This record gives sequence, structure tokens and C-alpha cells, in this order.
Amino acid sequence: MMKYVGTAVAVALGGAVFTAPAMAQNEQFIPALVYRTGAYAPNGVPFANGIADYYKLVNARDNGINGVRIVTEECEFGYATDRGVECYERLKKNGPTGAAYVIPLSTGVTFALTEKTTTDQIPIISMGYGRSESRDGSVFQWNFPLLGTYWTASDIILQHIAKKEGGFDKLKGKKIALVYHDSPYGKEPIALLTERAKRHGFETMFLPVTHPGVEQKATWLQIRQNRPDYVLLWGWGVMNSTAIKEAVAVGYPREKLYGVWWSGAEPDVRPAEDGAKGYNAVTLQHTAGQFKLHEDLKKFIYDKSAGSAKWEETGEILYVRGLINAMLGVEAIRTAQAKFGNKPMTGAQVRWGLENLNITEARIKELGFEGVMKPIKVTCADHEGARTGRIQTWDGKNWQITSDWYVSDDNVIGPMVKEAAAKYAAEKKITPGCLTN
Amino acid sequence: MLYREAGQFKTSYRSDQAIFPIVQDRWFMWGLIAFGFLVLPLFANQYLYTEVLIPVLILSLAAIGLNILTGYCGQLSLGTGGFMAVGAYASYNLLLRLPDTNLIVVFLFGGLMAMLVGVLFGIPSLRIKGFYLAVATLASQFFLEWVFARVKWFTNYAPSGSVAVANLDLFGFPIQTPQQKYLFVLAVVVVLGFAAKNLVRGRIGRMWMAMRDMDIAAEIIGIRPLHAKLSAFAVSSFYIGVAGALWAFLRLGSWEPLAFDINRSFQILFMVIIGGLGSILGSFLGAAFIVLIPIFLNQAPGLLGVPLSTAMISHLEFMIFGVMIVFFLIVEPHGFARLWAIAKEKLRLWPFPY
Repeated sequence: MMKYVGTAVAVALGGAVFTAPAMAQNEQFIPALVYRTGAYAPNGVPFANGIADYYKLVNARDNGINGVRIVTEECEFGYATDRGVECYERLKKNGPTGAAYVIPLSTGVTFALTEKTTTDQIPIISMGYGRSESRDGSVFQWNFPLLGTYWTASDIILQHIAKKEGGFDKLKGKKIALVYHDSPYGKEPIALLTERAKRHGFETMFLPVTHPGVEQKATWLQIRQNRPDYVLLWGWGVMNSTAIKEAVAVGYPREKLYGVWWSGAEPDVRPAEDGAKGYNAVTLQHTAGQFKLHEDLKKFIYDKSAGSAKWEETGEILYVRGLINAMLGVEAIRTAQAKFGNKPMTGAQVRWGLENLNITEARIKELGFEGVMKPIKVTCADHEGARTGRIQTWDGKNWQITSDWYVSDDNVIGPMVKEAAAKYAAEKKITPGCLTN
Repeated sequence: MLYREAGQFKTSYRSDQAIFPIVQDRWFMWGLIAFGFLVLPLFANQYLYTEVLIPVLILSLAAIGLNILTGYCGQLSLGTGGFMAVGAYASYNLLLRLPDTNLIVVFLFGGLMAMLVGVLFGIPSLRIKGFYLAVATLASQFFLEWVFARVKWFTNYAPSGSVAVANLDLFGFPIQTPQQKYLFVLAVVVVLGFAAKNLVRGRIGRMWMAMRDMDIAAEIIGIRPLHAKLSAFAVSSFYIGVAGALWAFLRLGSWEPLAFDINRSFQILFMVIIGGLGSILGSFLGAAFIVLIPIFLNQAPGLLGVPLSTAMISHLEFMIFGVMIVFFLIVEPHGFARLWAIAKEKLRLWPFPY
């Protein structure tokens, strides 16, 4: 009997694979890879909500992008790389023109998709994550680590530390530790820290934490023994709040603890309560808080109770980050439409739009993102577009910006990108070059 | 009626000892292989290849490997992920350092390296049994994961620890599109699957089963425990190593040690348990169940047109999947393979059961 159940399931499954939902022709499909469950859900949920709400807003307020309505479908992958790739494969052909772009929100999935998107002709927007060398658009033609990479983020933290100490020459003999998520994501900044350490003569300590990062006693014991002058935190999800609690437990001053943007949102600091006071994080441009765009969000979405989140949550850092990320994608489609016509764009056309994305100060104001972000201009040589960031500090209730704008030092990062990209191109037998359309 | 062996006389030892002594089984097998090689490629799309067929086939191979060790020889192992990683990284390093090596040699090398490591970690099995051995193999899992995450040489000093392969070919034929990858994986699985099936019904397999059923009795009738247990570890690790290399090269393309973590070990152990301990067929059924049901459950609400939030679907997927596992284990503790055997018995008598 059970056998027949199995057969029925298999047949149903087989059927599932071949049916594609019917769609109207004037729609732009954008897949959404999300994680609303699992160890990383506290961070995954606000980000996914921000993205979903921005698409809803564009549809409700402007009737889509130049009349082309956005259709999106979420696929839950729980931050597991293999399930993320499965989601991508499932959704990439949907809609009349296939997926416009993909936002993996996972360094692991970004790594895995980098190989696939080239043949599928779908650009990846990995805003602030992914391979740092993927900024080189002549080798990584389909990758767009917009608004900064891990190398940019770690360089900004080091610049801030140097400024506090009175210059990079004062860092000599200091000890800087990196507590990182033991995955490609966490290992990304090591190359930059090593390079900077060589230049300025500070010592580095690299302390890996295994996924999901709830067990960090040994790591923080090492920190207590070695007393590094600064600790950089490259954590994600529950690992961040655990790290801050452990820092409290071993009495490491939170003022000397600097997180990357993945470690600098509300869910990371709230569980540590007062212990998190004074903790710093780099933010690639934006911070928490509502801004001009929220007037529209309220009018078109939340007053009709169609929002994905609660209204109070729409000022959270990761929600805002989702808004920005969706906005950049939508603007890329708009840029592509200016060249190819007001119709649904293919992945290749969106790629052109991303590579020619130029959001000026005036445009930022029009879009309602004034004061949240700086202008961004993408070129083939620079898929990052902007390399600015600030340091924010948790005051026990809110994130406060506590520094000026920094720009990562391209004299340091530039050659590293070149070298790493050339190595990648040689391994993969890619001939570097810019795509023209 | 259809499935009846009456009239099938075995007139030689050869026919009596065939892998599939029943004609219907033999034809079914040939039909299935022909279907896999000839018919499926006619209509399968990319999603079916990359997310259904390739993962199921590769994990079936790993499950066969673990089944040889756990199901046939009775040595519980939790180190499957680690041995898969050995296969993957050994193959990667061979291809990296000698780029012109034939792909078959690359995968064999991965299997052989995993075999060596497996034998090494199998040595404690001569002294410890059962749950204690599970703990020892668990140590190998963590140790191997640690080695590939920390010893930079294995990952060619990649800054992120993530390695990748691309542009594979075999005798000049490219293995790059999902279809080519699928056909290659299928060929490997068919060859190794038949090899395993033959192995377990011969002298070596009987030796393992004797060891599993009662090691002291086996020793008394002249089976050397060292030989039996270590050969099981060797063969099992070889299969797992090849599966690991296939998984890394043809499924993932770019991977990190996390792809072979403890969860992978558990996943494959569950495949073996659900599919049926001591059954080659069970390895395939278990792999298909564990890989496909979650994907199906995840898509079902959308296909049925039930609007549910993404998080809800995901939670439901976990719950229903868990319930299904419990249900099947209650209904048939010996796994799908036993269900199949019962169905076969019934089919033999149908339509006149007595």
C-alpha cells in the first residue's frame, strides 16, 4: 500500500517540475530568495520584508516600472547553500523574460551562483557581500557587489580605528583580532587585514566560530588571555548576540568591538540588552530610522494594511537595507528600459542596466532616499559603485552614527582586487573583458 | 499474474546465481536503465536534472556506501560527510595539480583516498562496537572537517576557503551542461551500483553479514574480524569518496567544507535507515525520499493554489516531513526496501492470494 503512496507522490512531484505558472506578458519577474526560518531568521525576516514592500510600493504607487508591473515570488532556503541554489533553479525561468536579477543575501549562495549565472545570463546583486574581488566587472561580468564589499567594510573599520589612535602609524605593535563565522563569508576580510597588517605593522589574530555560532566560550577565553586592542566581529544571526554576551562575560570593552554590517542590526544587539551599549558596527551608508520614502510606504501600503512587516519595524536597519537593495534593482531595470524600451527586461538587459547604473544626488532625492545613501555610479571596471561607509554605535536603544563618512582606500584594495580577479580568471579560463550589451 | 516466476527454470548454476534471477526483474532493470539513459534526456528540463536527478543519484551512491558499512557489516558510522569531503578535496587537488588527468582517474583517486582514510578511521572498530564506534567515527567527521577548513594547502590557499572546478571534460567530451553531468553521474552510479549488488551477495558480502549478525560466531567459523571490518570500511569509504567527489564537482561546482558537515552525515544515515538497512535498493529509495519530499512539500501549497506565507510553508515542511518519517518507521521499521519486498510477495500471488 505504502508503495502506491510513494508512487503517487513521485508522480505528483514529476508533474510539479513541469508546470510553470501562466503569467501576463507585461510583467517583470524578480525572484526573492529569503530565510524566514532557522538560525538566521531574525536578520532574514526584516530584509525580506523591506524588499517585498518596495516592490509592492512600486506597483501600487507607479503602477510598476514604466508600466511594467513587478511580480515576485519568495522561496525559503533557510540560509542553506544547497537549498538556495535549488530556489534559484526553481525560479530563474519564471515570468515572460525570466528572472531579472537575483539577490542571494548569503555569501555561500553568491559563491555557488557565480558559476551558474554566467551561463543563465542573470545578474547577481550582492549588496555588501559576496566575493570582494567580484567588483572587477571585466572578470565577474554578472556580479554586482553594490555599495561596498567586505574589503571595503573592513578597511573602513581600520581607518576608523587608526583615526581614533591618531593615524595608521600609531597602529604599530597593536593587536587586532577578528572573530569570524567560519564560512567563506567570515574569511573574506582576512586578506585585507593581513595586507593592512603588513603595511602598518599591527598584529592580527583570527578566531573562527563554527556555524551557527552559539558556542563561543573558547574563542572569548582566547581574547581574555591575549587582550587584543580591538576586536572585529564578522558574525551573522545568533552568532552576533552571543558574541556580545560573551564579550560582556569576559569583560571585554564593547567600545573596542567593531562589527561588519551583518553584525550591526537591531536583532544582533537587543538580546544582549544593556551589555551591548557602546558596541560599534560599520554601516555601508544607511542607518536605522524612517525617512522620506516611508511617507509613501505608509500611504500606499501600510494604511491599506498590505505591509509585510509591522509599521514600527519599518525603520529597522535590515528593513531599510532591503528597501535600498530593491530600489537599486528597480533602478537598474529602469536604466535598462531607457535603452531597450518599456517592456519586461531579460537578465542580460538588466545586467546592462546595472553596469550603467548612475544614481545622482538629485535622483536619490526624487526616490525619497535623501540622507540615507550617497550617489552611486557603476562602471564595468567598478561593479561596487560606491565605497563609502560610516561607523554607528548602539546607545542601548538606538543605533547612532558616530563617525564621518569614510571612503575605503583604493591604493590598498585596488591591487588586491586586480590580483584576486586575475587568479580567478586564470583558474576559470575566463578572458577578461567588458560586455557591451 | 504479471509477476510470476512459474515456468522460469534454472538449468545452470549461472542462471541460478544471476543478479536478478527473475526475468521480470531483469527486464525491469534494463528498462529502467534504458529509460534513464535514453528517454529521460528527451524531455527532462534543467531543474529536473540539477535539483532532482543528479542529487538523488549522487546521494544514493553515498547511501550505498554507508549501507555497506552499516547495513551489511553492522558498523555504525557518523563520518560519512567527512569521507565525502576527503573524496571531494582529493579529487580537487589532483585536478588542480595535474590538470590534464582523465576525469575517471580523478574520481577514482578521490575514492581511493577516502578509502585510505576510511580504513585508518576503521581501525578502532576492531576494539569498539555499536554506539561507541559511532562516537569514534563522529570524531573523524569533526577532524576531517577541521582539516579542510584549516589546512590551506587543500584549498589551494583560497582566501575564503571556497574552491571551485569548471570546464570538466572526459575524453574530449565536455561535461558541463546539466544533461551531460546527469548522464555521467548515471553511468557511474549504474556501474558502481551493480558492483555493490554483486559484492554483497558474494563471499565478501556474506562475510560482512556474518560479522554483523554475530561477530563471535563469525570468528569461530573462520572469518577474520580485521579483514571483514576493514574491508567493509574500505569499500564503503570508496563509494562515499566517489560520491563526495561527484557531489562537489557535478552538483555544487564550488564548495566549502560546510557542504560536508555533520548534517550531511546524518542525512545519509537517515537515507539508509528509511530506505532499509542492508539493501541496495533501499539506498536509492531512501535517497529519493529524503531529497525529494522536502522540495515537494515546499512547492505543494503553491501548486495547490493555497496562499501561505513563506515562513509558514517552511515550518509545515519540517512538520510534515518529520511526521512522515515517524509514520513510515512505525508502519515498516525495516524501511522502504522491506515495503517493496512485501509488495513483491503480494504481486507474486495476485490475483489469487491464499
